[in-house]
Amino acid sequence: MPETCIYIARSSAIAARALAGEMMVMNSADSTFFTLNEVATTIFQAADGRTPLRDIVRNRVCEQFDVDPEQAQADAEQFVTELSSHGILVVSNQPLASETP
Amino acid sequence: MSLMSEVGQKAFNLGVPLAVHMDVTYRCNERCVHCYLDHDDHGEMTTAEIKDVLDQLAEAGVFFITFSGGEVLMRRDFFEIVEYARRLMFNVKIKTNAVMIHEEEARRIRELGVDTIQISVYSHRPEVHDAITKLPHSFERTVKAIRFLREQGLRVTIANVLMTVNSSDHSGVQELAAELGVQYTLDPTITPMMDGDMSVLSLRIPGEELKEVFRNPALVGNQEEFCAPPKPPTEEDLEGYSCSAGHSFCYISPYGDVFPCVQFPLPTGNIRQQKFLDIWNFSPQMEEVRSIKAKDLTVCSSCSHVGSCSRCPGLAYMEGSMRGPSTADCEKSFYRTGVPTANMLKQGLSKPRTMAGNTAPLIQIRPIAVPA
Repeated sequence: MPETCIYIARSSAIAARALAGEMMVMNSADSTFFTLNEVATTIFQAADGRTPLRDIVRNRVCEQFDVDPEQAQADAEQFVTELSSHGILVVSNQPLASETP
Repeated sequence: MSLMSEVGQKAFNLGVPLAVHMDVTYRCNERCVHCYLDHDDHGEMTTAEIKDVLDQLAEAGVFFITFSGGEVLMRRDFFEIVEYARRLMFNVKIKTNAVMIHEEEARRIRELGVDTIQISVYSHRPEVHDAITKLPHSFERTVKAIRFLREQGLRVTIANVLMTVNSSDHSGVQELAAELGVQYTLDPTITPMMDGDMSVLSLRIPGEELKEVFRNPALVGNQEEFCAPPKPPTEEDLEGYSCSAGHSFCYISPYGDVFPCVQFPLPTGNIRQQKFLDIWNFSPQMEEVRSIKAKDLTVCSSCSHVGSCSRCPGLAYMEGSMRGPSTADCEKSFYRTGVPTANMLKQGLSKPRTMAGNTAPLIQIRPIAVPA
């Protein structure tokens, strides 16, 4: 059975900026505010709607950080699910158009 | 400490300009009696210039941007500016009188993902609000706009500037805010006009009324805690700074002049002549503002209120010295706690002098001449 691809894009409702290597993210719809660590920031920055999450993990996360690929994939999926529940990321099994205001 | 406070402290420590207040115009369709601005256009930045500034601010690490004026919607390109800022992923707040916001504008603001809209409402009585703004039917139009914004699910805050002419109306405005489902904030600060004219200070509410405001739990929350006598200052208090002005916050005028704060008219450079980060990082004026700790203040360092006072270095600067006291804040500290400030004791006063007729040096925010 083919592996399901997950595509992620940043929501148009958010504000984001890096501060000393960590990403600050705020959802303007409800003012929820997060800071992302370096690994999460790497995934967030790569969330272009076109690159599958597994490629982001393999080509960005595993290249930049000393992590186990399987564990990294599992953590990334959990992270993506959490951020999508807060409206920060849009998740789909199809490529997504980049959301812009 | 909340996550937001932690981030604010981190930016402060790193010297990152986390938040910027940008006035996109001084033009306005209202003529509020207490306004500190002149409303002529002395050469506002163009759309392209503002976009370039926004690019620079994003690069500098600015996260929160507040667009204000004047009235922001006097600029025909205002939505283009907001759209550009949102593409750069700023958290955008807007300050407006809202009289030009109808259903279409409210929808656009929602689509652009604006965080909050702060709107000035001076009274729940249309005749009082309109007398302050000098724009007939402005109350009706502003309240209608708030309803349009709320229909879009946007967060709105009513800002209620308190002065002599509306001092008894704050509870009415609070009730109006509750009815509209919006936040309410009260501000008793009246600022000298930008041309140095202090006559507007006669609109500041008298001390006794300020005292009543400070004892109103609906306005200040836990009144006992808010009005508690100051605790003896700690070493940490004396090593601390007045506020974020110049540390993690600054102000940019419609002409590209950069100041530590909207209420601190110390010119530090012009963005038409220098890069923002060069001004932010290397302006001697910014560096001076950043260097001042509570222990360096000429009078306030020995004041019992030093650890809890809302002392504004910008208002102090307008009174003559950024290291000196800000009389308006001395007044607030006194009427909040009943304990005289060092500044009052130095002058042999048992209670503050009225601010009306106060004379301060003429300090002006004027566009810096740019060579053609």
